[in-house]
Amino acid sequence: MQHRISEFLVGLLFGLGLILSGMTDPSKVLGFLDIFGLWDPSLAFVMGGAIAVGFFAFAWAKKRTVNFLGGVLHLPTNSQIDKPLVVGAVLFGAGWGLAGFCPGPALVSLASGQIKAAVFVVFMLAGMQLFEMLGRGATQAQ
Amino acid sequence: MTIDWIHFTPWQSLGGGILLGLASSAFILFNGRILGISGILAGLLSPRSGDVGWRIAFVLGIAAAPFVSALVLPVDFIVAPRIEAAYASIAMAGSLVGFGTRYGSGCTSGHGVCGLSRLSPRSLVATLTFMAFGFLGVYVIRHAI
Repeated sequence: MQHRISEFLVGLLFGLGLILSGMTDPSKVLGFLDIFGLWDPSLAFVMGGAIAVGFFAFAWAKKRTVNFLGGVLHLPTNSQIDKPLVVGAVLFGAGWGLAGFCPGPALVSLASGQIKAAVFVVFMLAGMQLFEMLGRGATQAQ
Repeated sequence: MTIDWIHFTPWQSLGGGILLGLASSAFILFNGRILGISGILAGLLSPRSGDVGWRIAFVLGIAAAPFVSALVLPVDFIVAPRIEAAYASIAMAGSLVGFGTRYGSGCTSGHGVCGLSRLSPRSLVATLTFMAFGFLGVYVIRHAI
């Protein structure tokens, strides 16, 4: 139960971060991606703030074998830069630029009752399911 | 390139980013997991015994955020989402994001925040690629068509 509460709280903190940062507003995301037009650089500050904190946590995590609650510490082991990684990122980037939603903000907007976010999430889950059905093959879940 | 000074929110976005970093840090250090939304969701589509509860708890936490934000964040900091894309584009975008994040093993959180934080070259390639194609997508839609 202790674990479930901590996972819930981390999800909540992450969701609050998305809202505060402006990531849950697709129009702001598109403003960031519009480097050839009227460019809103705000989301670079989101990335900078997140990495400035995360860098220390992951440096610490790399030195440990168990997490603070005594369980397994799952750090990714796949370091290959392969075709699935790049093709997947191309498709994701194109979809991100098309609507301004990535998975986390879409979930937050779905919870706040946005119909378009609900449609986005349904098609996103369908896309994920399609990938599962075609066989994950050589790629590894992260 | 012209800076959109009216919508530029450096401090607020930095603050939000710090919260994202804290959440990702807590998740790896306390729960031993990479905070990657696409991976967490995908695990619910093909559930494995003993690997479901933490995903549901996390997603419920995210879903609670818009309700809690009204209580804890100053009202000026909460922007109602503006969704410009039409339904057909939304459907296409959702499909691309769903399929692409699984094929590429991560999204903005798993590769962009966690991967770059742990200095993973693999995540750097993924992040530069999806950002480049995000730029390209917006360029095509706003300036080329």
